[in-house]
Formats: sequence, structure tokens, C-alpha cells
Amino acid sequence: MSAVVFARHAMTPAERLRDAGWVAFVGLILGIPLVGLTTVDVGGRLGVETRFGLLAAAIAAVFAGRLLLRWAIDQARNRKQERDRASTATAADRAHGAQRVVNVLGWVALGASIALPIVFSDNRYVVDTATTVLIYVMLGWGLNVVVGLAGLLDLGYVAFYAVGAYSYALLSTQFGWSFWEALPVSGAMAATFGILLGYPILRLRGDYLAIVTLGFGEIIRIILVNWTEFSNGPNGISSIPRPSFFGLEFTRSAPEGSQTFAGFFGLEFSPMHRLIFLYYLILVLALLTHAFVSRLRKLPVGRAWEALREDEIACQAMGMNTTNIKLSAFAIGAMLGGFAGVFFAARQGFISPESFTFTESAIILAIVVLGGMGSQMGVVLAATLLVLIPEFGRNFAEYRMLLFGLAMVLIMVWRPGGLLSHREPTVRLNALDKAASTKEATR
Amino acid sequence: MAYALQQLINGLTLGAMYGLIAIGYTMVYGIIGMINFAHGDIFMVSAFIAVTAFTILAAADVTSIPLALTFVLIVSIFFTSAYGWAVERTAYRPLRGSTRLAPLISAIGMSIFLQNSVQLTQGARVKPIPPVLEGGIVLWDAPGFTVQIGWSQMLIIVTTVILMTAFTWMITQTPFGRQQRACEQDRTMASLLGVNVDRTISFTFMLGAALAAVAGVMVTVYYGVVDFFIGFLAGIKAFTAAVLGGIGSLPGAMLGGLLIGLIESFWAAYLWAEYKDVATFGILCLVLMLRPSGLLGRPEVEKV
Repeated sequence: MSAVVFARHAMTPAERLRDAGWVAFVGLILGIPLVGLTTVDVGGRLGVETRFGLLAAAIAAVFAGRLLLRWAIDQARNRKQERDRASTATAADRAHGAQRVVNVLGWVALGASIALPIVFSDNRYVVDTATTVLIYVMLGWGLNVVVGLAGLLDLGYVAFYAVGAYSYALLSTQFGWSFWEALPVSGAMAATFGILLGYPILRLRGDYLAIVTLGFGEIIRIILVNWTEFSNGPNGISSIPRPSFFGLEFTRSAPEGSQTFAGFFGLEFSPMHRLIFLYYLILVLALLTHAFVSRLRKLPVGRAWEALREDEIACQAMGMNTTNIKLSAFAIGAMLGGFAGVFFAARQGFISPESFTFTESAIILAIVVLGGMGSQMGVVLAATLLVLIPEFGRNFAEYRMLLFGLAMVLIMVWRPGGLLSHREPTVRLNALDKAASTKEATR
Repeated sequence: MAYALQQLINGLTLGAMYGLIAIGYTMVYGIIGMINFAHGDIFMVSAFIAVTAFTILAAADVTSIPLALTFVLIVSIFFTSAYGWAVERTAYRPLRGSTRLAPLISAIGMSIFLQNSVQLTQGARVKPIPPVLEGGIVLWDAPGFTVQIGWSQMLIIVTTVILMTAFTWMITQTPFGRQQRACEQDRTMASLLGVNVDRTISFTFMLGAALAAVAGVMVTVYYGVVDFFIGFLAGIKAFTAAVLGGIGSLPGAMLGGLLIGLIESFWAAYLWAEYKDVATFGILCLVLMLRPSGLLGRPEVEKV
């Protein structure tokens, strides 16, 4: 059986049929208890209902799908082999070419994101979705510092997002702070939490680290749910003030002593103004994050992160202070998450612990890993994909999370290194670089 | 005193279930070094299978409880192992040899997928089944409080003990156990010596799923209700238990499970019930700060 499934060569039609038959058989076994049978409420008690028609249809679909998939894989493999034989380009050349494409793509994406609200200036849905994408891009870039650069697996990143969001919500509703006053304070707050979490677990590695960060995320959420006097519990905090444009409010009528945005610029009031402003706000925040992280990567601390990711023992042997390196990664990652949280709270106007579940952490981590760890453009690509898949799925709403999970598995299996795999060090010694590429060429 | 004794019994029951699930995590971690995030959902699938099986039996008018339990256990173990096998085959095997994070993400995706497919096919509502095992033995009729051990609690504890014994025997004495331990130590070397690594890993996943299936049936019997979301929390708790005991160590997983169960029930009984998960994770952090590789885990020796 494994010979059939594992065939490295192109399959004959008979083999394909047998392979698809085997997959359909497995599907049948898996399908019987969940698809073929279900329990329904019959007069207050459970009764069993059979759905063998549905099961048969599902199995037929699996059979056909597997046949097609197998055929497509073989076709793709043949084409790739022919291309490989025909072209003389080395792996290094191809990697350089890919890098150029990615760079161009980055500029195109930037142009598109600036132009988007102008083109879709009266399409609320598009601007809203694009804002969501940008929040995830920013979160992804923040987590990328911790996971992609420093190589510390963080499964509780959403905790810092929550800290940022709640800091702003409480500061603004309780003490009347404005968005711009609260932003740095909330970021600092999140960074403090990052250090608080980071300090006790410095000695932990890999998966021990993962579970403690996961636990930390859950602890924050449980406290937010249960400490009602502080966070208003599961009801959340509502009527959080929206950010203003240098003191100009995005409302129909201004409060006393100030002006509205529309009034000041002599425009007709439109609720779209605020959405577009929010969009540009997160775009600027995200771009600042990008610039900040890209700079950091070239500074000693950024190089230290990458060194730590590659080999911790070597770092220690070189006399680097791993404690500070790890803490700085946690703190900066947390701060960026905090900023995103502040924006989230300001945009929604309402937050509750429900927005900060483990699933959210998992989605952010998935964005980083699917994008290709350490790759900034990869994060953009993955964030767009992961936000849009459920959006497209809205037409068949129940299936959207199913598709989402399936897509995560399939993308990972298809490209284990991420969509844009880029694990090269940011800085390279020139001589070594040349030596490496000649070695590639002669191979 | 009586109250504390009752909490001890409840805690042991809970801990036994966590331990059963934790073994699935720890075995998989031991052999391929990944966190199988979908394991909690495999457990949830098994609970649903158990509900369906119990309902079928009720419709067929089977009244003998031992017969019913055996039937449900066998059915549930069979199908759940198939799920464990399929998950490994589709989501993890293609990623063997890639980065450490790739299978983790695909496991998270699998977990979301399983949760939603159960929600879609079986419905989002809570499924109650009529009580299977009622009553129990009164251990101590103290004034004002009666300490009681329910039949279902007894069933859970006894089954767990039996399974643990059988399992330890299998890992230490049988050829499969030897192959499994060999793969755990060095997969390349094991394959050179003629161990079928892929098959051993598949079998490990099926075993883990089978133990989760037993836990799923027990939960169904004990609580009588099942919904598609139980896998998440149970999975996280069980994983915490595995880490607490030292991930990769089988006795550690059981010990961790018992500890988590006891902490949870005592904390909920005497302190604040709503913060019991905080206590679990807090104690995990404390233990890991003092012993970074868990209670019974061997510290990893790193070589350059």
C-alpha cells in the first residue's frame, strides 16, 4: 500500500485507480461515524439518523478528487522535470530571481494599498476587510520578531494584543485619554508584560516555551473574563472613543469647542471618512512597524536574534548575553502587538475577551509560518490569504472555518517552508556568499 | 475531612482522564518531536462516536451494561484509531524532515478542521445521553456530608490502571515497544537496523488515538454530555499534564495528569472555581521554572 501512495514516478492509470480506491476506502471508514450516522433529538431523547446517501456522495467525491489530484501532481512533475532539463539556471540564480520578484511585488502591494481606499472610496466592505488584513499584517510582523527572527515559539501572542486593547479601552473610558496619548503608554504596557512573561521562562526551550506562552495567553483571557470590576467581564468594554484626526472628530456634529473633520475641510459628512482614515492609520502603523523591524534586523540586536535562532550554544560561546537578547525580542514583539491591540480597540469601539482566544494566537502564528518564517512579504501574503479565505467562504458560511483549517494543512503540506521561504541571514559576508554560490553552481 | 476525601476521588477521576489523553501527546512528542495539536480533537471525535454508539445500543434495547460498554469501547477505539492514522498520514507525514514549526501549524489547521467538520456533521448543540452508570458506593457517612465513589468514577480509575499496566508492558516488553523506543532515540539508526519507521510512527499515532478514545468513552459515561468544543480545553490540559510530568516520559504523563486533576478539583473546591485554569497554568510555570524539563523528564543533553 505504501508503495502505491508513495510512488515517486508517474503512475499508470491502473495504479491511479487503485490509489484512489484505497483513499476512498479510508474515507469510508472515517465517514461512517461522522457523516453516515448522526444523532438527532427525538422527543427529548437522542435517536440515530442514517445518512448513507450523503456518505456515498462524499466518498464518490473523494474518489474523483483523489484521481484528479494524482493526475495533476503527475502532470506538474513532468512539466517541472522538462523545465529543469531545459534550463541551465542554477538554484542560486533562481533564488535571486525570486527575490527580485518579491521586491517588485512589495512595491506593487504598497502602491495598491495606498490606492485602495481611493478606488473603493464608497465600498465600505472592501475598506473594512482591507483594514482587517492590515491589522493581521501588523500582528504578523510583530510576532515575526519573536518567532521568525529570534526563533522563540510563542503560542500566546494574543495576550499582548489584549493588553494593548484593554489598556487603551480603560485609559480612554476611565481617564479620558485620547488615542495618541494612550498609544505609547499601551505599547509600553504590553512590552512590560512581554518582559514579565519572558523573564521566568528564559531557561525553557522549544515546546516547553510554547506551552507556557499558551498558558500565559489563557491566564490573561481568564482574568479578563472573571475580574469583572476591572474589565467588565465577558460583557466587555463598549463605547471606546474613536481616534480623531488632529483633534477633528469623525462625527456628524462636533462636540462643543471643536470641529468635525467634514466641517473643517468643507466636505459633506460621510461615515466613510472615518473608515478611510482608520485604514490609512493602520497602514501607516504597519509601515512604521515594517521600517522599524527592517532596521532592527540590520542592527546588532537583530543580528543577535538571528544568531540565537540558528544556534543558542554558539551564541553563548561567543559571549552574547542570551537573556537580554531573548527579553528584547519578547518586549519588542509584545509592544508591536500592543500597538495593534490599541488600534483594534479604537476601530471596533467595543472589545471583549472573546476577541482574544487561542484561535487568534494560532491564526497569527499561522500567518508567520505560512508566510515563511522571517519573511516580511510572506506575512503580507499569508495575512491576505487567511483573512480572505473566510471572507470568500461567507457565501457558504458554515464551511468557512472548515475551509480555513483545510487551507492551513494544504498550504503547509504544499510548501513546508512557507509561501515565501526565506531563512537566509539578513547579513552575509561577501566572500562566503560568493563561495556558497559557486559551490551551488558547480554542483 | 469528608469533603476533602470526596475532592480527592473527583480529582483522581479527572486526573486519570487527563493522563490517558496526555499519553497520546507524550508518545507522539517522544517519537517525532512535535506537538500534536489535533489530539484533543481526536478525543472529541471519539466522544461523539461513543454518543452515537450508545444511542444505537439504546435503540436496540441492549440493557446489559458491561456488554454495552465493551461494544462502545471497541467501536470507538476502532474508528478513533482510524482517525489518528489518517491525521498523521495526511497532515504530518508529508512534513517529516521539514522545519519544526511546519507540522505544528498543520496540526493546528487539522484541529480547526476536525472541530468544524464535527460541528457541521453532528450539529453544534450539546448532546446529552441518558445516564449509563448511576449510583455508587458510600464510603463514609460523615455527619453532614457523604463521601461517595460513583460507579463511573470507579470504572474510570480501574480502566486507567489496567490500561497503564498493559501499556507499560507493551512499551517495555514487546517487539513493537522496542521498535518504538528505538525510533524515539534515533530514527535514522533505527531504520538502518530494519525498523519500519513510518509504520512505527503510524502505529504510535493509532495507539495514542486509542487511549484518547477510551478517555472519550469515559467522559461520555461520566458527564453524559458532549459537544464539539470539549477537545480544546481537554487537549490543552492534557498537554499541560504531559509537559508538567516531563514530555516524552510515559509515567510522567500519568503523574502530570493526576496532579493537574487534583489541583483542579481542590482549587475549585476550596478557592475560586473560576480561576482553576489559572492555577493549573500557574503551577505549570512554577514547576518549569524550577525544573525546566518537567518532573520526570530527562534534561536534554545538547551537543554542538
